[in-house]
Amino acid sequence: MHSLALAATLPAVSPVVNPAGATASGGVWSFAWLVVALPLASAAVLLLLGRRADRWGHWLGVLASTGAFVVGLLAMLEVLGQAASSRVWDLRLGTWIDAGALHLDAGLRFDPLSLTFVLLVTFVGTLIHVYSVAYMEHDTDRRRFFAYLNLFVAAMLLLVLADSFVLLFVGWEGVGLASYLLIGFWNHNTPYAVAAKKAFVANRVGDVGLLVAMGLMFAHFGALDFGTVLADPAAHASEGTLTAIGLMLLLAACGKSAQFPLQSWLGDAMAGPTPVSALIHAATMVTAGVYLIVRSGAIFEAAPSAQLVVVVVGAITLLFGAIVGCAKDDIKKALAASTMSQIGYMVLAAGLGPVGYAFAIFHLVTHGFFKAGMFLGAGSVMHGMDDQVDMRRFGGLARYMKVTWITFMMGWLAILGIPPFSGFFSKDKIIEAAFIPTDGAQWRAWVFGTVALVGAGITAFYMSRLFFMTFEGERRWTTRKDGSEQHPHESPALMTWPMIVLAVGSVGLGLFLALGNRFTGWLEPVTGHVEHEEPVLPAGVLIALTLTVVVVGLVLAWRRYATATVPVVPPLGTALTRAARVDLYQDAVNDAVLVEPGQHLTRSLVYADHAVVDGGVKGVTHATVGLGALLRRLQTGYVRTYAATMLGGLVVLLVVVLAVQS
Amino acid sequence: MTLTHYLVLSGILFSIGAAAVLLRRNAIIAFMGVELMLNATNLCLVTFSRMHGELTGQVLAFFVMVVAAAEVVVGLAIIVAIFRTRRSASIDDVNLLKS
Repeated sequence: MHSLALAATLPAVSPVVNPAGATASGGVWSFAWLVVALPLASAAVLLLLGRRADRWGHWLGVLASTGAFVVGLLAMLEVLGQAASSRVWDLRLGTWIDAGALHLDAGLRFDPLSLTFVLLVTFVGTLIHVYSVAYMEHDTDRRRFFAYLNLFVAAMLLLVLADSFVLLFVGWEGVGLASYLLIGFWNHNTPYAVAAKKAFVANRVGDVGLLVAMGLMFAHFGALDFGTVLADPAAHASEGTLTAIGLMLLLAACGKSAQFPLQSWLGDAMAGPTPVSALIHAATMVTAGVYLIVRSGAIFEAAPSAQLVVVVVGAITLLFGAIVGCAKDDIKKALAASTMSQIGYMVLAAGLGPVGYAFAIFHLVTHGFFKAGMFLGAGSVMHGMDDQVDMRRFGGLARYMKVTWITFMMGWLAILGIPPFSGFFSKDKIIEAAFIPTDGAQWRAWVFGTVALVGAGITAFYMSRLFFMTFEGERRWTTRKDGSEQHPHESPALMTWPMIVLAVGSVGLGLFLALGNRFTGWLEPVTGHVEHEEPVLPAGVLIALTLTVVVVGLVLAWRRYATATVPVVPPLGTALTRAARVDLYQDAVNDAVLVEPGQHLTRSLVYADHAVVDGGVKGVTHATVGLGALLRRLQTGYVRTYAATMLGGLVVLLVVVLAVQS
Repeated sequence: MTLTHYLVLSGILFSIGAAAVLLRRNAIIAFMGVELMLNATNLCLVTFSRMHGELTGQVLAFFVMVVAAAEVVVGLAIIVAIFRTRRSASIDDVNLLKS
C-alpha cells in the first residue's frame, strides 16, 4: 500500500483548516467513489425500469444504501488507521471544467468531517430505507419512492464529499430536487404539491446566495476548490469581501436548513411521507447548512461580523422554532418546529467559531439519531392510528404500542438533555460554548448563552407536551374512516427494528463519543485545535442551571398534558399561542412582503406585455394587412387591365424620354 | 412616297393592334391584334434598314417572324385548351388562376 508510505512522509498538518489533503490512491480509495455511485446507479435503475422493478425495487434501494454504508465504513476505518495529522485524503476523479481562467478538478475529499456525514447519512439512511419497506407497503408507487430516496442519498453524499464549492453545489441542488420530489410524493393531493413547490422556491432563494458567494470567490481567489479558497482567505480578499461571501453562504445555509428568515417551508414539508421527514427534513438534508458553515469556517473566522450574524440567526431560529413547537397540535409539525430549533442550536454553535464547530457537528450527529427515531416513532403511531396526526386525538397509546413508546421515550429524553442520554453531551456543550465570551465581548456570552439556556427549557416543555399528549393521559381517539373503533397496534418488525437501533443510538452515542473527547479529537484535523476557554459562569453551574430549566419545562408539561385533561378542541389560548399556531405569522409576513407585491408585479408585467409589446407587434401586422388589402384591388385578374397598365406605363415612359431629350 | 410614310403606316398598324388587344374580349381577335403589333414592328425594322442602308433590321425582322410563328403555336394551343375547359374564348372569363 503505497498510499500509507506517502502519508507517512507528509509534513504535519497545520492545526487550523487543512487546505489540501494527501492524494488518495490504491487500497480502499480505488473504489471509494462507489459510495456515491451505488445509490445513484440504483436510483437510475429503479426510475428507468419503471413498473418492471415494482416487485424487488425496494430491496435494491435498501441494498444500494447498505453498500454505500459499507464503503463509507471501510473509508472511515482506513482514515482512523492514520495518524491524526494525515487524516485528510483527496480522491481526484479527473478534470471537470477547464475554461479560460477557471480550472477545476472533480474530486472527493475524505476527511473526518465528511466521513462523519457519510456515516450518519448512510447509516440512518439505511435504517429508514428498511423502515420504509414496511411503511410504504400499501403504496402502489413504493419503487418510485425508493428511487427518490436513493437519489437523495447519492446527492447528499456528493454534497458532503465534494472538494470544491461547485461540486458541493451539484449535490446541494440534488438534495433540493430529491426533497422536492419526496415532499410532493403524493402530488395528486394539491396542498402537498403546493408544499413541495414552496420548499423548492425557498431553497432557490438560498441557492442564489451560494451562487453569488461562488462568484465572489472566483473574482477574488480565482479558484473554487476548498484547497485554494480555505487555505488562507484573509491573504486574498479584504474583510469586507469575506463578510459578503460569509453572508451569502449564510443565506444558502438558511434556505437549506430552514433558518430565519427562510424557515417557512419546513413545516409544510411534513406533507411528505414520514420516513422522508425523518431522513431529509430532520436527520440529514436540513443539516447541510451547518455543514456549509463549518466547512467554510476559515472564511467566517476572517469575517467576525458575518460570524456574529450567523450566531444571531441561530439564536432567533432556536427561540422561533421552540415557541412554534409549543403550539402545534400536528405531531409531525411539532417535530418539524423542534428540528428547526435544534438546527438553530447547531448554527449558533457554528457561528461561535472553532470553539463551537465540533459541538455543532456533535449535536448534528446525536440529533440525527434521536430526531430520526422520533419521526419514525411518529410514523409508527400514525400507522397504528389510521394516519391520524392530531395529538389531541391521541393519548394513552403507551399501553398499545410498547416498542414505539419506549423508543420514542429514549429520543425524548435525549432531546431534553437528561444525562446520560446523548443530547445531554451535545446540547450542554453548545450552551457552555455560547457562554464563552468571544473576543472578550462579555455581552455576547450573556445574551447568546441565556437564549440557548431558555431554549433548552422551552424544548423540554414542548417535547414533553408532545410525548405526554401522544402516549400518556386518557384516550381521545376518533373512529376510523369507515366508522369502526380505532385499534392501535404495534408496527411490524421491519419498522420497529430501525426505531430500536436509533433509540440505542439516542441513549449511548453521546456518551460513547464524548468519552475522552473522542469526537472533538476526531474532528480536529478539520475544525482545528482549540485551547480550553472558560465560560462566564463555571461549567458546573451551567449544567445545574440547564437541568433545572429542563426539569421545570418537563414538570409544567406533565401538569398540563398528563395529569390534567387535554381538550379535544384546541382552546383559544393567549395571543402568543394563537400566533405560534400560525408559525408566528411567518406565512402572512411572506405573503404581504414578497408574494403579493410579486403577484402585482407579474400582473402589471403581463399587462405591459399585452399592451406594449404585443400591441406593437400586432400593430405592424395590422398595418401590413391593411396595405395588402388596398393593393389587392389592383389585381383584378383581367388580362386586358394588365395590358392597358403596361401600355399606359410605356406611353408615360415615352413622354418622359421625349420631354427630357427636347 | 418617302420612307416616312412607311413609318406612319407602321404606327397606325401598331395602334390598331394595341386597340384590338385592349378592347376586344375574344381571345382569337386579341391574338390577332398581337400579331398585327409584331408585324407593324417588322415593317418599322425593315424601313429603318432601308434608311440606314444596312441589313441588320432585315435580319431582325426574320427573327421576329420566327419568334412570332412559335408564339402563335403556343398561344393558339393555350386558347384551344381554355376553350375546351370553359366553353368560352372570352379573356374576361379567365380571371382566376384556379379553374
